Parts: sequence; structure tokens; C-alpha cells
Amino acid sequence: METINMADMQNRIENVFQDKNKEKLTIYFTAGYPRLNDTTTILQALDEADVDIIEIGIPYSDPLADGPTIQETSMKALANGMNIQKLFEQLKDLRTITQKPVFLMGYCNNVLKYGTEAFCQKCEEVGVDGLILPDMPMNEYQIQFKPYFEKYNLKNVFLITPKTSEERIRTIDDQNGGFIYMVSSSATTGGSWEDSPERLAYLQRIKSMNLTTPQMVGFGIADYSALQLVNQYTDGAIVGSAFLRNLNPENLQSSIKQFVENIRTPK
Amino acid sequence: MGKLDIKVDENGYYGEFGGAYIPELLHPNIEELKSQYLKIIAQPDFQEEFKALLKDYVGRPTPLYLAKKLSEKYGAKIYLKREDLAHTGAHKINNAIGQALLAKRLGKKKIIAETGAGQHGVATATACALLGLDCVVFMGEKDIDRQRPNVERMRILGAEVRPASSGSKTLKDATNEAMRHWINNPNDTHYIIGSVVGPHPYPDMVTKFQAVISEEIMQQLQEQEGKNAPDYVVACVGGGSNAAGAFYHYLNNEKVKLVAVEAAGHGIDSGETAATTAKGSSGVLHGSKTLLMQSEDGQVTEPYSISAGLDYPGIGPLHAYLYASKRAQFEYVTDDEAMQACVELSKLEGIIPAVETGHALAALNNLKFEKGEVVVLNLSGRGDKDLQTYINYGNY
Ligand SMILES: Cc1ncc(COP(=O)(O)O)c(C=O)c1O
Repeated sequence: METINMADMQNRIENVFQDKNKEKLTIYFTAGYPRLNDTTTILQALDEADVDIIEIGIPYSDPLADGPTIQETSMKALANGMNIQKLFEQLKDLRTITQKPVFLMGYCNNVLKYGTEAFCQKCEEVGVDGLILPDMPMNEYQIQFKPYFEKYNLKNVFLITPKTSEERIRTIDDQNGGFIYMVSSSATTGGSWEDSPERLAYLQRIKSMNLTTPQMVGFGIADYSALQLVNQYTDGAIVGSAFLRNLNPENLQSSIKQFVENIRTPK
Repeated sequence: MGKLDIKVDENGYYGEFGGAYIPELLHPNIEELKSQYLKIIAQPDFQEEFKALLKDYVGRPTPLYLAKKLSEKYGAKIYLKREDLAHTGAHKINNAIGQALLAKRLGKKKIIAETGAGQHGVATATACALLGLDCVVFMGEKDIDRQRPNVERMRILGAEVRPASSGSKTLKDATNEAMRHWINNPNDTHYIIGSVVGPHPYPDMVTKFQAVISEEIMQQLQEQEGKNAPDYVVACVGGGSNAAGAFYHYLNNEKVKLVAVEAAGHGIDSGETAATTAKGSSGVLHGSKTLLMQSEDGQVTEPYSISAGLDYPGIGPLHAYLYASKRAQFEYVTDDEAMQACVELSKLEGIIPAVETGHALAALNNLKFEKGEVVVLNLSGRGDKDLQTYINYGNY
């Protein structure tokens, strides 16, 4: 059972990164937003849309790395009554809904309070492929978290920024993570994207490092040109705030379909 | 208890509490601070400048005053460490000046800070005015409404007060906003945290800047009592900086009983409290593993206390360790008990204390002293800022 699951997961993630020519897109959404029980509807719509990886945000009261959009969706989701128990219940049929890789994104405190082992076990049970915990530092990962991630076949995703040293990036590359989350600039989520020379230099620098772990770029990506640009240098783009801003609660499915079509269409 | 050896380890832990749970975005800033702070603090010219400012500008050493009537009432020799007489009216200035000097040596031109009641904001604005640094203070929208006079003080001193409108719009969110601002402005900015909280090395660094309090207590007690250690040190705990400073040189002297006093608000079990050690559990808040008040689901909950300076959902990792290891005794004091103690000190000794400090004073009722025992109570601040709270309380 465990080995089958592990093979599935390997395949799910590897399949995504196999086709080097296709522009790859990860979509982030906050669980419990706009309504408590929209999670499976959004997952279905993302499964049908041309999306490669799905990132489900666990709403947290104090999201340090997030800008205004994700702060707001998190507060709304919490006010709607979202919590981790409910999220795991909503995800119990995850693998009948989609075969795309699914990562949970949250903050350390969510996991610690639930119990790190219990949390990881639950993730494996519902078919989550990995975790993104932006406030989990590498040394704590190695000491406290890694044994459970490995035991329950979860991939960890580390973040790097334009200021992360080459040595540190190499260490992260050696961790066998699901992918490397390249934060586009020194900023919280949802900022604006500009094709600055610094940004290009960052993309080029990382490309030239020939890392073994795939890289995806996130924070501030909102349209086709940014999607296309980062795909030239890396393995894909992650879109969160812009996606959330475009969700129409009255017609979730069609607003999701429309958004993904738009961001995939050259202007 | 074996031989005590309480100090931070190289990863920033006190026992199981501490560390640096920060987004990668803050890693370079925190690394820089971690690799530099001990070196800079140890530099002779830093020490010289810091000590001179503490003496001539802050007005240190602050007196250690034997409160005779209070002593009579409680049946022990009660000394008040008069941090209320420090410039800007509280201990917060010790840390603000220390960190502002450090920021200059790191080549930073801009300072950010968070504030709840406004005391740390005023102290930071003051240090920045003095040292010619730009200053932005984040303050929850709710606190801006509650603490107008301090908002205006910061502005008079040339600081910009930026409303934190996220989350619950109080101190915890002001801290989040300050950290987010630091993420977005990593190069030229230093973040002056106001208490012994946050990611390593902040808890240790702030403790070291506040340690001047117990350093002075040792000397002053030696002069006045012929011994440098009291039987008790009592201090209130919001994040824990005044307590950390007052405890510091006694942490490993097991003969000294350390008493940390938290705000019980309307009562520990009222649902409206800031008594973190009574109601909290282990988790991560503002970058360190510590005790905090949170829901079953790990969401940080909003504390309550009449005193804005104690209205914080966590405590620093040092205090979490002192609690877990039973090195310190924790006491809980309600709004009413604190206000009564504030009025009592005003009438008995002619000192109007900060409402935060009223919590430490009220805890004297919970302690059983032997005759002749020596107690040092850290009088962390003066009550000027709390006039409206006194007026609302009315019972004087
Ligand atoms: C007078 C006074 N005492 C105590 C505190 C609590 O902070 P800490 O626990 O860091 O000393 C404050 C905070 O604003 C304060 O102004």
C-alpha cells in the first residue's frame, strides 16, 4: 500500500516536469474561501483546467510571508469556520477528484499544533504529495520534520529568494524536495511583477546552476507574459493572489476556467 | 535542582523554546544580525557610547528605592527598581537605544518597530530622533484609537505611525506588519523588536540590553543591604523584557526566587485573559517556538488585558523555559487587582505606576514572606500614559 502510494506520488510529480516544452502552471487557493465548502468544487475546476500542480493554502491567523490578498482570504476562510480537521475531511476523496500533484501550504504552527507526525500521516492518507511551510527553516526541517516527511512519503518544498546564497541553494537542491519555490523578489506574496534586470539576472543565475530539483517561480505572477518569461528559465510559475482576486463566488467553475485560459493565452 | 546554567544555545534555544522560524525572505537579515550582534555589543566603542547614553541621556542608574510603607504592609523589605524614572518613562528605552546604536553600526538608516501601548514606539522614536535615523512604527488600528497621546508623542519625535489594519488590528498584527515590511525592505532597514520575543537572536539581544537593570540592582543592593542578591525578584511579563532584565544576573543563582507576573485580564478562566503560561501551549509565534495562546486548530487567539503592554498572546522563549523548568514562579493578576495595587502604591509611596507594573505590585499579595526577606520589584514604568485608564477605573 505504502509503496504503491509512493510510486504514484513520484509519478505525479515527475510527469509534470517531464515535458520541457510546455509552460507549467501551479495554482494556489486558500481552503475555505470564498465559502467553507468550496474546496472540492475548486479542486474539480482546477483538475479540468490546464493546470499542472495544485497548492491548497491552510488559512492561518498570522500569515507572515503573505501580502494583503492572502491575508484577507485567510481571515475570511477562518471566519467561515475553516480548520485543519475540516480540510482533511474535505480532502478525503481527493484522489477520486484529481490525479494532479497536490501540495498543502501552511505555517509551522498549524502542523506543530496538530502534531507533526499525525499531520504527515493524514496527508499521506488523503493523497497529498507534499508540504510548503514558508516559516520552516532548513535546520528545523532536518531535525524535527524530515523523519516524518520521509516516513509518510511527503515532499518538502523550500523557498529561495534573490538573496539566497549559492551554497544554500545547493544544500536545498540536495534535499530531494518536490520542487524549489523561487520567490520572485524580496517581497511578500501578491506584489507586482516587473521585468527588471535584477529579476532576469536572478532567473538566469538559477538556470545556470543546473539544479536537479525542478524550480517554480511565485509571488506576484498575474499574467501570460510573466508566466511565459519564467517558463523560459525555470520549470514553471505559481499563481496565487491573482487567482484569488479573480474568483467569482457566484460562478466558481467558469471563473476558474476563464482565469486559467486567460493566463495561458498570449496577448 | 542541579547546578543552574540558563543561557541561550547557539541555535537560539532555551531548552525546547526559541529558534528562528522565519521565512527564507528574512534569512539574510537574521543571519546578519546573528553573526554580528555579539561582536558589535562587545566592541569597546559600542560599550562606551551605550553606557554614556544610558547615564547622561536615559538617566541611569535608576534608583533602587526602599519603599518603607509597602515593606510594612507586606512584612518584607521591598525595594522598587525605578525604571519609571528612565527617560520616556519605562525600561523600553534601554533596548531601543541599544538596538539603534547597533543598527547604525550595521549601516542601516531606517528603523521600524511595533508597538502596542505605544511605550516601545515612543522609546524607539526617541532613540531615532537622538541618533538621526528614520523611524516607522507599526501600531494596530485599535491601539491607535486607544493610545492617542503616545501616537502624538511619536509624531512629535518625527516618527511615522503606520496603522496595522490586518488581522485583529492590535499588537500581534503590528508585529506581523513590521516583519512583512522588513521582508519588503531588507537592505537598509533594521527592525527594533520591543521585547524578548521574535526569532533568534532577538530574545537574547534584547535580554542583554535590558540586563543593565539587574546589573545595577546587584551594585545597589550591595551598597544598601551589604549583599548583592535579594530573596525575590518580582516583575510583570508582557513579552518579558523588563522581567528578563531584572532576572538576568540572578538566573543561575538558585537562592533568588524569580516571580513573573502575567495579566489574568478578567480572570484566567474568563476567556478574556493574557495569562499565556496558564492558558497557552507550545507553538510558533513571531518566529520563535514558545508558549502562546491558540485555538485547538493552532490559530493564534486574541488576548485581553486592561494593560496594553501585557496584552500579547505569547511570552518570550526564555520565560517559556523559566516556566517549564519551574525556575520562575508565575503569578496571575486580574485587571481589578492590578488597578487596586496601582492606587495603593500612589497613596502609600507617592508613585503612580504604569498599569503593567500594577500587576507586579498586586502579586505581592500572593507571596508569603519571612520577616526580613529582601524583595526587589521592578517598577517597569510610570502611569502618565495610563491616566485615562485610571480615570475609567475611578476607584481612588
Ligand atoms: C511599563 C511597562 N511595563 C511592562 C511592559 C511589558 O513589556 P515587557 O514584558 O517586555 O517588559 C510594557 C510594555 O509596553 C510597559 O510599557
